[in-house]
Amino acid sequence: MNDPPLLSITGLHKRFGGLVVTRDVNLDIPRGETHGLIGPNGAGKTTLLSQLQGDLAPNAGTIRLAGRDIVGLSPDKRARMGIARSFQIAALLPEFTVLQNVGIAVQARLGHSFRFWRLATRDPALTGPAREALAEVGLESEAATPAAFLSHGAKRQLEIAIALAMKPALLLLDEPMAGLGKQEAVAMTRLIARLKGAYTILLVEHDMEAVFSLCDRISVLVAGALVATGSPSEIRDDARVRAAYLGH
Amino acid sequence: MDEPVRPRTACPSRDGLVIAAIVAAFACLPPVANAIDQPFLIRVGQRVVIFALAASALNLTLGFGGMISLMHAAFFGLGAYVVAILSFHEVNGDSLGTGPLALVGTSHLALSLPLAVAAGAAVSALLGAAALRTTGVYFIMITLAFNQMLFYYFVAQQTYGGEDGLQIPGALDLAGLDPARRTPYFYVCLAIFAVALVGLQRVVGSRFGMVLRGAKQNERRVITVGVPAFRYKLAAFAISGALTALAGGLMAGAEQFVSPAEMSWSRSGELVVMCVLGGLDTVWGPALGAAAFLILEFGLSNYTTHWQLPFGLIVIAVAAFSREDVAAWARRAGWRA
Ligand SMILES: Nc1ncnc2c1ncn2[C@@H]1O[C@H](COP(=O)(O)OP(=O)(O)OP(=O)(O)O)[C@@H](O)[C@H]1O
Ligand SMILES: [Mg+2]
Repeated sequence: MNDPPLLSITGLHKRFGGLVVTRDVNLDIPRGETHGLIGPNGAGKTTLLSQLQGDLAPNAGTIRLAGRDIVGLSPDKRARMGIARSFQIAALLPEFTVLQNVGIAVQARLGHSFRFWRLATRDPALTGPAREALAEVGLESEAATPAAFLSHGAKRQLEIAIALAMKPALLLLDEPMAGLGKQEAVAMTRLIARLKGAYTILLVEHDMEAVFSLCDRISVLVAGALVATGSPSEIRDDARVRAAYLGH
Repeated sequence: MDEPVRPRTACPSRDGLVIAAIVAAFACLPPVANAIDQPFLIRVGQRVVIFALAASALNLTLGFGGMISLMHAAFFGLGAYVVAILSFHEVNGDSLGTGPLALVGTSHLALSLPLAVAAGAAVSALLGAAALRTTGVYFIMITLAFNQMLFYYFVAQQTYGGEDGLQIPGALDLAGLDPARRTPYFYVCLAIFAVALVGLQRVVGSRFGMVLRGAKQNERRVITVGVPAFRYKLAAFAISGALTALAGGLMAGAEQFVSPAEMSWSRSGELVVMCVLGGLDTVWGPALGAAAFLILEFGLSNYTTHWQLPFGLIVIAVAAFSREDVAAWARRAGWRA
């Protein structure tokens, strides 16, 4: 038997009242793949990520991580099982420094935090891995800056550093390029290219150039339903995708 | 909308110095009071130290955890009642409760204070587990309701004096020391306060403290990296409740008297005001806030029976207009590291 895919979604369904935002979604993502998820605004991409990460509960369907059904597990439990998520709208700890923002993710990975005495900011078991994660995204120079004072681009990098510090099995990235300038977007694309292969990535992104260059496979979500999954060239040539989404 | 807060970068050595300075200043009070022949000031100082302990305990949840609790007076009163009721039963010679739960009374604070702490921890954990299911205004309202529940519980205890309160009938004893001897008891309370403050200073900088402070800023973020925030907030609430009950127990020792008035919801509000006055972002700020509060109350009540009016105006001025607090003022005045 082969190993089960790292992520396996079957029959996933989610409604907000009468609005169906996830419609019978089936998707397997093998370990190591960088998978793109594209679709028009309001297609349900963020909602799908939220169901994977645990902020939202689906109405029906299963989500398996390495074969284990995780629907019903709390978001913190899923995080400890290896699901990391960066948010579309940066969700940081504004009063904490960049290093402290990452440190809390390291802390979570190292076991419980019922430790009451030792100063966390001077604990090399936390600051070491936190600095490594900052180095990976190129944010070391900002380690002592409070997160509230970062530029928009640096906040996006910090989101990624926090996710990396969790040493995740699955990285869920929700529009990491959103609002970035041209140069910042190029740097972010390079960063994700470096992560590719080392992590299994589900990348939601509107920057088509980035998605088509980075991803091994791409899925297209329209009104909650997956209308196509395939290699970048297959998706580019898919008539339904062109009609429904790319529109050119 | 999302105006960045100017974050306070922690400076552990500076905070340690401030704590030492506050304890040293309090320690000067008895000799000074005796020198100027105003020994009643020791009694005022006693209150200051005990409320400084209670406010510091509250601030673990209020300032560092962002949980606005209006039930801490109930924990304070609970601790006081544990000490008073245990002593009451020792003097009466009957036991408390029945069967396997029977407990003989005691007037030894070395026994009753730890029991007050345990009761504070247990009750705050239990009620906190329910209250922490809510946030924001709902949390404030539910803690207020719990406070009143405990308040009326003790009002209804006719055996223990009901709403008139309970005079502790015998002499208490703390490892050979009679708390009625004000000066030595003052120093015992001060030592306990100092140890608590140093402990709290460590806690807020520890991994536990990082989780607590992180959850205050953005609980969802903390959960998303894998931390079950709820149990840390609950643990902080229980630690805070236990320390507040300890302060209440010490107060029962100092006053030889407990009353439900100590646990009215307005007293809970006063503890919050002490924290706000002193500043919510340091461990030592609330102690200064408690001192400022009690000294103002004491000073203004000498001039007018309507002292609450000028007092309220001062509090509003501090909270709303200047957006300054004693800690910030002190920092600017010389502790700029
Ligand atoms: N909590 C909610 N309650 C009700 N409706 C919601 C909720 N969250 C999202 N929606 C709706 O569900 C739909 C899908 O939203 P979602 O944020 O998942 O889209 P998206 O594909 O991520 O869009 P975008 O590209 O703009 O980020 C939208 O119509 C949105 O208005
Ligand atoms: Mg979205």
